[in-house]
Amino acid sequence: MEEQDLEVIHEFLVESYENLAKLDQELVALESRPNDKSLLAGIFRTFHTIKGTCGFLGFATLEKVTHQAENLLSQLRDGQRELTSSLVTLILETVDSVRRILSAIEAGGAEGGETFEPLIEKLRAAAQKGNEPLPPAAPAAAQTCPENVSDEDGPKSGSISDSNVRVGVEVLDKLMDLVGELVLARNQILQYNSEREEPVLNATSQRLNLITSELQSGVMKTRMQPIGVVWNKLPRVVRDTAVALGKQIRVEMDGAETELDRTIIEAIKDPLVHLVRNACDHGIERPEVRVRVGKAVQGTLSLRAYHEGGQVNIEIADDGAGIDAARLRQKAVDKGLLRPEESGRLSEKEALHLIFRPGFSTVEAVTNISGRGVGMDVVKSHIEKVGGAVDVVSQPGKGCAIRLKIPLTLAIIPGLVVGSGGERFVIPQVSLLELIRLEGDRRLENVNGTPVCRRRGSLLPVASLSDVLGLAGTAPAEAVNMVVLQAEDQQFGLLVDAIGDSQEIVVKPLGKQLKGLSVYAGATIMGDGRVALILDVRGIGQCSGVLADSRQQARGSREPQSRVESERRRLLLFRAGSFERLALPLSVVSRLEEFPRSSIEKAGGRHVVQYRGEILRLVPLGAVLEGTRPDIEIADPAPVVVVKDGARSVGLLVDEILDVAEEAVIARQKTTRKGLLGSAVVGTQVADFLDLNFVIRAAVEDWFDDVGKTPTPARILLAEGSGFSRGLIRGGLDMAGYTVLEASNFEEALRRLEEQPVDIALVAADLPPHGASALLDAVGARTEWHAIRVLTLAAGSETGLPDGLAKFDGDGVLKSVASLAAAIACDFQTPQHTTTGGRP
Amino acid sequence: MTTEAGQFATFVVSDLSFAVDVLRVQEVLQPQPMTRVPLACGVIEGLINLRGQIVTAIDMRRRLGLPPRGSGRPSMNMVIRYEDAAVSLLVDEIGDVLQLNPEALDEPPVNLDSAVRNIIRGIYKLPDRLLLVLDIERAVDLAQAMAA
Repeated sequence: MEEQDLEVIHEFLVESYENLAKLDQELVALESRPNDKSLLAGIFRTFHTIKGTCGFLGFATLEKVTHQAENLLSQLRDGQRELTSSLVTLILETVDSVRRILSAIEAGGAEGGETFEPLIEKLRAAAQKGNEPLPPAAPAAAQTCPENVSDEDGPKSGSISDSNVRVGVEVLDKLMDLVGELVLARNQILQYNSEREEPVLNATSQRLNLITSELQSGVMKTRMQPIGVVWNKLPRVVRDTAVALGKQIRVEMDGAETELDRTIIEAIKDPLVHLVRNACDHGIERPEVRVRVGKAVQGTLSLRAYHEGGQVNIEIADDGAGIDAARLRQKAVDKGLLRPEESGRLSEKEALHLIFRPGFSTVEAVTNISGRGVGMDVVKSHIEKVGGAVDVVSQPGKGCAIRLKIPLTLAIIPGLVVGSGGERFVIPQVSLLELIRLEGDRRLENVNGTPVCRRRGSLLPVASLSDVLGLAGTAPAEAVNMVVLQAEDQQFGLLVDAIGDSQEIVVKPLGKQLKGLSVYAGATIMGDGRVALILDVRGIGQCSGVLADSRQQARGSREPQSRVESERRRLLLFRAGSFERLALPLSVVSRLEEFPRSSIEKAGGRHVVQYRGEILRLVPLGAVLEGTRPDIEIADPAPVVVVKDGARSVGLLVDEILDVAEEAVIARQKTTRKGLLGSAVVGTQVADFLDLNFVIRAAVEDWFDDVGKTPTPARILLAEGSGFSRGLIRGGLDMAGYTVLEASNFEEALRRLEEQPVDIALVAADLPPHGASALLDAVGARTEWHAIRVLTLAAGSETGLPDGLAKFDGDGVLKSVASLAAAIACDFQTPQHTTTGGRP
Repeated sequence: MTTEAGQFATFVVSDLSFAVDVLRVQEVLQPQPMTRVPLACGVIEGLINLRGQIVTAIDMRRRLGLPPRGSGRPSMNMVIRYEDAAVSLLVDEIGDVLQLNPEALDEPPVNLDSAVRNIIRGIYKLPDRLLLVLDIERAVDLAQAMAA
């Protein structure tokens, strides 16, 4: 057998023995607590793990046994059947059999001749029978067991467990601290030695120096491992999975030398195998499908690992079909994990995160490889146990990437020492792109008070470390030092007072009292024995506002801007008026439409279009942004971005829809220009971010005013002689959700008022036959109509009522009505008659 | 509570005498080089290197809402074991270890300044002075310090 395989089997045995020992206890505990779901899930996972691994190692019998046991356990876990003691016996028997097979493997590298058919049959029968009582389990397997193997049954797996000593991490931590002390003591002795010339001391201290260094690196080594240790096994996993599924998959690896703390390696080992298997099984398509959609026959699975901002990032990406968020939503509803209305509310990202829910799997058939809904929730729980996070990014049709972010609790990283405000800080080297000294011609520039720096044709946002940390700033000097940093996909410059050495540092966690500070990733002890803080580059960027904050939303920030920034992953780019590149987060866009110019009508001074059985209001975006009148040239067909807010939609009339950009924001500048949130480099060009709130507010003033204010829509009497004006005003009122009654003259208005209660009367000053005053008097004469608020509508100059509402000022009318309606809703005591100004 | 032994380490902050359960005290240190932590809560004086372990130092004067120690008056570190780790309390002077009868502990008077009252468990009436027994958990709970 190959060296590599032996190593894999060895690890498999160690791990399986440990799991089995745990299983015995868990199963006994389960008997007394048969409804303990977490216990059942744990037992199920153990079998799942063994089954999964032995599948790849080619141990067919073991796989068969565990597969059947897993079937049975999954029924128990899902509550499809009760756990009886005969079932526990059966499972324990299975555990014993598994242990025997493992002993055989350890002894001879193969499973031995035993088939375990009776046991497999019993497990199968049990799984099929559902809740029927089982015949008492006979120790059949034990009898069929070959002698040479059963001998080893008692002192199980002696050789392997003896050759490995598992040392608690706290012991290693303690050793590490002691070595740290030793290093400091050594430094002092070396210092002392250099001051005097004593040959004996000199020789001894040299020796001490050497031994200390070796001890230090030795102790370090006990904790650090390159991630390649785990990765090396993955190509085999991929190959076997691919063969089993009839797929062709190539593995790419980048960053295998990235060193990880031992505890982290342990924690990510299983999740990685799960993720890789999942990517092969669900992600990458079968060759014929790939050919059909125009991809290379061979799928690619890429593994990437790197340190970033005090964290280790591991990315498992495939170029497969990606994840269909709509299907996830549907599946969640079908499985009863979500109610249909809940699933509709999920954002794209939240929907993708459904895959991490326990019991969630979108694959119909339960295969040997995956599809039981066990993988992803285990991955998540393992990663979160070490304080990490899992994220999933998917581009339907193009592939899917799972990103693990794992904190660097104890790792040695290269860092750059910088000084600011008289303090020393360490910047992790991985976040560092370059050092720039700004002097002479090359200096900082200001955009609206925000410092920026030109760097090879692009604008780099700049922050000052002293400002971010609130340290005493130094006087502006002739030359400034800037470090260019990268966090996630964005870059920024950080001004520091001094740039020091680059050195290897040991990251130490901060105390509980300082955990809340996002600007620090930890602390380290410098050569002189003093503590220096390690900067969290992402935290610094976010704190100073030079980085879009993707976590802000999670923290519940109500800053309006963050709503746009946080969803910067996918942006819709379009052109309107003089704005060549405008951007909106795709998440606020409900549809992109093109309407023939002939279908766009003008009503109430606005452009509207009939859309899905409703009237869709169109906002001429270019005109709104430029502050000009909305008499714009409309393209034919007119491209429209439909955005949705609550139950209502509005269409943005744009000139051209350009593109959808994926997570490409590099740098951003704030702006004071109305209608724009700021600008940013998207892809390679600058784009302006649209302030949707402003645009809608400017164009549709009543959108926000009346939303949620009136519990029952106000009833409005619209008394107006001209049918044309009536229709015009009514359109706006209808859209705002009011119940509108129409009257064309005084008589009709009275009739309407008598027929049903009315909250607001809109009366045209020129209401036939005698004008508004006749109706006002009539309303004033009846006590039961005193609650009615009256608004008069004047048609500009024709009535000589300068302060009445202008009839054609649709927005003004709507606004006044909305405020009245709100007052009614609050039972606010206002005079019975309002003219919003004077009365006729 | 582990006051059965009845042994208390004492320290002085301004004109107040404090006592902590001696079993919670890890060690007492001379003034240490301190690394400031910008943006941290004001009562955190900084970080010290305690033989490779990074320990947060809390200034008891600020914690108690007292005026700052005059310059030239170094602060002593009383390193307290707290949740698997350690914190250092910066105090003016370190006193003796005293044997005290736990039953003689009095409730803190209600009119005591809340910054002090919130972080003590009670008061011992010594012949020459009053000794305030520090509630370590509350004293190092900085969420509380921020609110105070």
